[in-house]
Amino acid sequence: MRFTVEVLVTLKPGLADPQGKAVEGALPSLGWTNVHGVRVGKHVRFEVESDDETSAHAQVAEMASRLLSNPVIEDSRVLGVREVGRS
Amino acid sequence: MSARIGVVTFPGSLDDRDALRAIELMGGEGVPLWHADRDLRGVDGVILPGGFSYGDYLRCGAIARFAPVMEEVRKFAEGGGPVIGICNGFQILCESGLLPGALIRNRSLRFVCRVVHLRVETTETPITADVTPGEVLEIPIKHGEGQFVAADDVLDGLEAEGRVVFRYCGPNGETSEDHNPNGALRGIAGIRNQTGNVVGLMPHPEHAVDPDVGPTGGQALFASLFTHVMAPAR
Repeated sequence: MRFTVEVLVTLKPGLADPQGKAVEGALPSLGWTNVHGVRVGKHVRFEVESDDETSAHAQVAEMASRLLSNPVIEDSRVLGVREVGRS
Repeated sequence: MSARIGVVTFPGSLDDRDALRAIELMGGEGVPLWHADRDLRGVDGVILPGGFSYGDYLRCGAIARFAPVMEEVRKFAEGGGPVIGICNGFQILCESGLLPGALIRNRSLRFVCRVVHLRVETTETPITADVTPGEVLEIPIKHGEGQFVAADDVLDGLEAEGRVVFRYCGPNGETSEDHNPNGALRGIAGIRNQTGNVVGLMPHPEHAVDPDVGPTGGQALFASLFTHVMAPAR
């Protein structure tokens, strides 16, 4: 079975996020003076072949922690595992 | 016989040639190594050079970590062989777990390219064994992701075990945030592993060996490395 999956990678709370800070600094120039606490992360989407949804989820979780994120500075979360069809 | 130091070229490495040239200038033998080879060609030490391996995609050093040569580098390091990661090489060592912590975007968000002063904090590494602790070296940095970060307990452990190798400082060795070019926690520019044979640093000693083109703070580090690997009782 083939699944589309999404992984969200975010910087650990408490860790300085210079990109988030830059975005937060830019928003007021557009008039958005009501924004605080911007954090920038990564969204990774791909398709994976696996026997069932549970094993797809487990495999993607491992990919997320071994490559897609660096557990020293980032958290990762498998967002959506959806079947797209049999292969 | 001179010290044979391997320099790994990954796709996107930039400073491999300068590292090889620096090794030769300092009287060693530079041995080019290739990322796809599972062979270190019997070298006495390995340098992971600076640059943008695999375009720095995903995270700096994240892909290079899985290059075939890195398996050999890991075995070499576990056997006590000296492995020196410079800039992107430091990032690769952190990504591969051979060194703790991580290197993230400079606090200023800007790429920094200039000469800095570094205070040598320990002699318990191959590249600082012959340097006096507290000595200040002039060496250039050039990076966008050089801010060393780690959890507080990891930082405390590094300090307690004398594993901070270099700290950014002023010309007289004074440390303050004014002398910290990238926001690195505790001004850390370089660290070592528990046994001392694996060292990562953001500054570029290979760009600091030729008096015709800049400072020469890298000379002492290469000289120390060569002495270390040529010592009979290793």
